Amino acid sequence: MTPSTSPMGQPLDRVDGPLKVTGQARYAAEFEIPGLLYGSVVNGTIARGRVIAIDSTAAEAVPGVRLVLTHENRPPIASYDEPYEDEDAAEGSPFRPLYNDRVLYSGQPLALVVAESLEAARHAASLVRIEYEAEPHQTDLALVRDHAHPAPGEVPSRGHFEDAYRGAALQVEHQYGTPIEHHNPMEPHASTVHYQPGGELLIHDKTQGVQNCMQYVEKVFGLQGKVRVCAPFVGGAFGSGLRPQYQLPLAVMAALRLKRSVRVELKRQQMFTFGYRPRTLQRLAIGASPNGQLEALFHGSLGQTSRFEDFTEHEVEWSGALYACDNVKLEYELGSLDVYTPLDMRAPGAAVGVYALEMAMDEVAYAAAIDPLQLRLRNYTDINGNQGKPYSSKELRACYEQGAERFGWSRRPLEPRSLREGRELIGWGMATGVWEAMQMPASAKACLESDGRLVVSSATADIGTGTYTAMTQIAADALGLPVDKVEFRLGDSALPKAPLEGGSATVSSVGSAVSRACASLRQHILDAAQQTPASPFTGASLDDVSFENGELISRRDPQARVSLAQVIQTSGTLEAEARAEPGEERKKWATGTHSAVFAEVRVDEALGTVRVTRVVSAVAAGRVVNPKTAANQITGGVVWGIGMALQEETWTDHRLGRFMNHNLAEYHVPVNADVHDIEVFFVEEEDSVVNDLGSKGVGEIGIVGVAAAIANAIYHATGKRVRDLPITPDKLI
Amino acid sequence: MSARHPCTGGGGIAARPVTLELNGQHRSLDVEPWTTLLDLLRERLGLTGTKKGCDHGQCGACTVLVDGKRINACLALAVMCDGKRVTTIEGLARGDQLHPMQAAFVSHDAFQCGYCTPGQICSAVGLVAEGRAQGRDDIREQMSGNICRCGAYPNILAAIEEAAPQTRAWLEEGER
Ligand code: FES
Ligand code: FES
Repeated sequence: MTPSTSPMGQPLDRVDGPLKVTGQARYAAEFEIPGLLYGSVVNGTIARGRVIAIDSTAAEAVPGVRLVLTHENRPPIASYDEPYEDEDAAEGSPFRPLYNDRVLYSGQPLALVVAESLEAARHAASLVRIEYEAEPHQTDLALVRDHAHPAPGEVPSRGHFEDAYRGAALQVEHQYGTPIEHHNPMEPHASTVHYQPGGELLIHDKTQGVQNCMQYVEKVFGLQGKVRVCAPFVGGAFGSGLRPQYQLPLAVMAALRLKRSVRVELKRQQMFTFGYRPRTLQRLAIGASPNGQLEALFHGSLGQTSRFEDFTEHEVEWSGALYACDNVKLEYELGSLDVYTPLDMRAPGAAVGVYALEMAMDEVAYAAAIDPLQLRLRNYTDINGNQGKPYSSKELRACYEQGAERFGWSRRPLEPRSLREGRELIGWGMATGVWEAMQMPASAKACLESDGRLVVSSATADIGTGTYTAMTQIAADALGLPVDKVEFRLGDSALPKAPLEGGSATVSSVGSAVSRACASLRQHILDAAQQTPASPFTGASLDDVSFENGELISRRDPQARVSLAQVIQTSGTLEAEARAEPGEERKKWATGTHSAVFAEVRVDEALGTVRVTRVVSAVAAGRVVNPKTAANQITGGVVWGIGMALQEETWTDHRLGRFMNHNLAEYHVPVNADVHDIEVFFVEEEDSVVNDLGSKGVGEIGIVGVAAAIANAIYHATGKRVRDLPITPDKLI
Repeated sequence: MSARHPCTGGGGIAARPVTLELNGQHRSLDVEPWTTLLDLLRERLGLTGTKKGCDHGQCGACTVLVDGKRINACLALAVMCDGKRVTTIEGLARGDQLHPMQAAFVSHDAFQCGYCTPGQICSAVGLVAEGRAQGRDDIREQMSGNICRCGAYPNILAAIEEAAPQTRAWLEEGER
């Protein structure tokens, strides 16, 4: 029984809020070290070829410059692939910065200038001259379609798609495209390497996995046991911090060579020189009965990857899971290009795959002349058809119903172009969202300190996701303590093992570990309480006691109680560490988070401009630990969906094999004026299978389906189907 | 020749004397003419609350108040601020008492990662000081130079709406 004072489910203010609003939260490039050197990266300008010569004379002549590091003078680094394979590595041969003279993509780091001041480093970097032997390159996915190869790993299929499609009364087949997008967290990637007197390295890095980066540096540089990586605050990442980025090994190389502390902070332009959401070219063919019952479904996607790694994500699987359909064929191929390897970006795979699926579903609804929401309900299923397993919980029906109610969906006329106000056409669209509900093995430590405070820790991250706050609530709940008596520590590789902070799995994984560590700490506390003479708890088990308001209370005799502070005074600090991993029970079930997204757009017919004036997002994500921070996450996902639908696209100049709009003025992301009313809410969903807490994550689900809902609304407003994102004004006039 | 070469901060060949009233404190510094206000704050004075998101005037993360007006510190050379009053996020609270805008950002959860936050807050305070922030659309428009990649915009709007009157009072108090 959770006591009434439980912080679980409360809209607690973010515990790290005061540090963030006063400028005291320190990010990777903000740790002061006496004698710190600054590194500035020099990036290559060709897409493929070889470096013939690097002339660093002018750079070295700049006062204050200490080193120009290139592949010719770098310290030794590992020569096999294995040490470079981090926890999020794609299949293949990971990129090795400054390894040799090969140029694999445009923007590749080819030198690092290290100087006593930031300005000197930056200026000197502009003076480094590189001579290349260029080779012909290819960066256009559309042109390598014929040379695509199947992505590693199996995609499920079932039934007989071809026969069923041929026999279907309604046939809808279209191509959909999504562009390259860049994560662009507000904090640029940075690493501050603090070189210790004994040669150990204390590194502040921008990462979603401090232990991932620690192991990477240890293995690549042969520094086992000498590296500690910290990231107490991360200024956004959205996936960009899942793999160690190149500024990290470059800063380490410079620190090792000079035996000095070094910081390398990337410029905004350089945030376009590593991972990104890959461009996809997709095709869907859906066969349905006249009333919209799905009979056959094909979803194929061609994604781009580099020549050195096969990046994969789940793009098409959703189409085999979301609706009832007996005949499903899925296909996933990759085209290798002279580019850097893509990287997981918020709801990787689902953001693009569900976009295509949900627009295709809208097209089926119009082919069958039925309401798009009705079409979803008609094809509803509680079984994940890919796995043939029932969902442990799936309150998507409640999302549809309550979302539609709040949006006023029932008042929607089916006909496109039927709503207008002044010069604006108004459209309403909807889509379904889906994401996984994963759990990864994780560990945590809980320690009741002698001053009565509870300190809980795990090497996870808070990239804005609210991890500090949610874990504090989980721990406070477990020990019946007020939240201000609880401190959660994260972002330090020396803490108990945690998985990468990603995939919406942190509450599920680390939260379960925190809950278990606290559970065993409860036992220690009870044991300690029983040690006191004439203890009222003699013979009691954990079931016989409760922890409330900082006290241990007997359930049999509520008068028998002792404060934890008292217990700890006699026993001294008590500590417990625990590991949580996915339970056996999970194997029998499919798990997932779901959402229903409703959007209203206003399109200026003359200008082709689109305003997303209203979004309602109804989410089923199990038990919500903190509705305030969780809703904020979902809202952020919706804002990302608006960007994906209308703005975000990294353009490549294929002649040069190079990104053209590598800055925030030309790579558009939503700003405040682009965002209007967004209503987010969670439907009740109970789940005893997904993990101990019954909580699913909320980091990804918020974006999934949003772009489709907006695109469908634009169709409803204008009668125009734009299948290639983003839907910029030129595509509407 | 050497004048064109940036070198170590402070006392370098080309350094110029600059006087600032920084967060209420009088500071006299020697600053090279090419050093931006942003780099001066972050790299030399340890005031890392002001963030660098783009270094190009495109994101607003570096917003500070100079003589009460919001500017992008990455687009201002430190020497241009000679004799001026500079307020950064570190200078908004009065002791332990948060500025009303800071408090509203916490209670409305107007951020996630927090990296854009100091710039958002300085911008919002500047907006109110300029007599703007009249109504939701005005706030949205006027705050659009501050990107929040986490997408906390609706909460930022709510925080500013709530804190605008208290911020006016706070500013008047400060002037008395
Ligand atoms: S850092 Fe100054 S506007 Fe981006
Ligand atoms: S809070 Fe992360 S960018 Fe605004």
